Amino acid sequence: MPTDVENWKSEVYGNEIREHLFRFAEEGFETIPDDERDAWFERFKWWGLYHQRNGQEGYFMMRIGTPNGMLEPGQLRVVGEIADEYARGPGTNPIFGDAYADFTTRQAIQLHWIELSDVPAIFEKMEEHGLTTQQACGDSWRNIVGNPVAGKDGQEVIDAWPVIRDLNETFKGDEDHSNLPRKWKVSVTGSADGSGQGDINDLAFEPAYKEIDGEDVVGFNVRVGGGLARNEPRFARDIDVWVSPDRVSDVAGGLSALFRDNGDREDRYNARIKFLVDEWGAEEVRETLQEEYVDFDLHAAGRDVREEYTYNTGEGERNDLVGVHEQKDGKNFVGLNVLVGRMGAEDVLELADLAEEYGSGEVRLSQRQNVIVTDVPDSELDDFLAEDLLEHYSPEPSPFMRGSIACTGTEFCSLSIVETKNRQVRFARWLKQHVDLPDDVDEFHIHLSGCTASCAQPQIADVSLRGMKTRKNGEAVEALDVGLGGGLGDEPQFARWVTQRVPVDEVPGALANLIDSFADEREEGESFRAFVDRHDDDELDELVEPEETSYEDPMMHNTKMTWYPYAEDDSMDAKPPAPADD
Amino acid sequence: MTTRLRILDDGAWLSVDDSRRVSVSELWRLDAPDFCECDLADMVVENFLETGVDGRTVQVRVYGQCIVCGTKSTTGWIPVGRVVDGEFVDLDREGVLRVTDDEEEVKSSC
Repeated sequence: MPTDVENWKSEVYGNEIREHLFRFAEEGFETIPDDERDAWFERFKWWGLYHQRNGQEGYFMMRIGTPNGMLEPGQLRVVGEIADEYARGPGTNPIFGDAYADFTTRQAIQLHWIELSDVPAIFEKMEEHGLTTQQACGDSWRNIVGNPVAGKDGQEVIDAWPVIRDLNETFKGDEDHSNLPRKWKVSVTGSADGSGQGDINDLAFEPAYKEIDGEDVVGFNVRVGGGLARNEPRFARDIDVWVSPDRVSDVAGGLSALFRDNGDREDRYNARIKFLVDEWGAEEVRETLQEEYVDFDLHAAGRDVREEYTYNTGEGERNDLVGVHEQKDGKNFVGLNVLVGRMGAEDVLELADLAEEYGSGEVRLSQRQNVIVTDVPDSELDDFLAEDLLEHYSPEPSPFMRGSIACTGTEFCSLSIVETKNRQVRFARWLKQHVDLPDDVDEFHIHLSGCTASCAQPQIADVSLRGMKTRKNGEAVEALDVGLGGGLGDEPQFARWVTQRVPVDEVPGALANLIDSFADEREEGESFRAFVDRHDDDELDELVEPEETSYEDPMMHNTKMTWYPYAEDDSMDAKPPAPADD
Repeated sequence: MTTRLRILDDGAWLSVDDSRRVSVSELWRLDAPDFCECDLADMVVENFLETGVDGRTVQVRVYGQCIVCGTKSTTGWIPVGRVVDGEFVDLDREGVLRVTDDEEEVKSSC
């Protein structure tokens, strides 16, 4: 039997949702019939709008899809202006203030406290400047990810941006691919560093060489069925296909159609293509693609460059794109650390100014929630690096600041079990002040995800933290499961969950003890990931040692049952009314 | 009168009449010998899997984890509320909840 969501989608879905969205924006939030709210909120996601959680009725999260994290000159300013004017609500965040933008792990942008009545004006402003929320959420082609410095990166095998742009233009709004059984996440990477993180996507194109008519041609190998959610993480499986850049759209469309026709529409837990690949195997996926979805002979996989991957591997060079890096054209791109991906609206606008003053005005977003200013000439570099804003968004941050990623958490998200972004900021600050990594370790990735949806990609970090609950002194408190040793690379691996349900106020102490043990017991030059590899789960559990310290956590209680966890009166009874139409 | 029961947000909430009423992350003490070996399981609710009714009682099957012994599993039917005069009323979920594992027919609306 189809799910409720499938039934709603079969009635209204895709592009046509927009006219209903605008109608409700015109007539008022309250005109959405009570018995249709679940259905409309589900549909609005296709246009990038998530109704915020209980206690925040009438407010939406808006996700802007920026393919490959690319913001053309002027677009970041538009984002900042929209955040400043519209992303303000009744709750004030004690760390980030009243208006901010979140840069996500899929190179998109999220704004909060958006009112339905403002959506037409926001869409108009965005579309004037080439931005859109179309398909940023919902069961369709999501924001396509990759190496954000495509076209400029000195480590590039092939410039993937023309391919990504073509896929984006082809499949955004395409009725044949607008209603899939579940989300469809695509990565296209042209660099040899692995920064597109293809392994954790539904569909991945990775750079590879193939001998065609006696010549080495650069194209892409294809992997299918990766993803981290729901306690069922999978790395994308190699389906033994190499494709030339001009055929990527055919293969991607074929696989999207294969998923559309064969994915499970009766059980959303089982709907992602990773489960279809589990069931069929990579070989059957390839055979079906060849026989039913493309009209040319597929090549076998080519010679990949996976052994050169460094991004998020836990060792070696360039685990992220933070810092100053030389571009192919001799200019520089400068990766700036944005702690937990959140930047105040004023800072967004100032960064837009700096990007124009020192670079080309272009800004790009990485999958580690950071921003990159491109096209900075050597002659401007010192002045740019001396700007005050870069003291906070540093190109040379502490490893604990640099390595921190956090999802949205209970501040706004219905799914999360715990508060995340502000907590991760507090963790990072405490660790920076109290814990020393070995001198030769300059990156240490800690990812905090509020639940098993895994939006912070916890399984591919040195330290993975995931929201849980436990009791402390008899009281229910927020807690975190601790996993260790995850990372990508030629041989990716998921973190092992070694310690369960650590009360949140004991997590910094646990990490301090773990890092002390690592520093004391590591072999010379050994990475944390390698150190974890040679210990079993019980040994690692002993090294974690949860402990109360000087760290204090003001959010120990059940933040999910507040209307806004940072409000003076955070009880549901104090929740604000839905915003009035104006 | 029909009451609409739905699992929403990827299993994070039980929605009753288009209003999110019961959330994951609650800690429930369960009289559930089939779930784990504890006398009373102390279970974190991680995902709602199914909802139904038994008479006027709204019940759910969930995936969760006992924080005492660490068992992770799927439960039988757990009562979470009652429909009184067409309105959903929370059961006290701070107390002990009795789990039924029988396969009595349940419906998705009442």
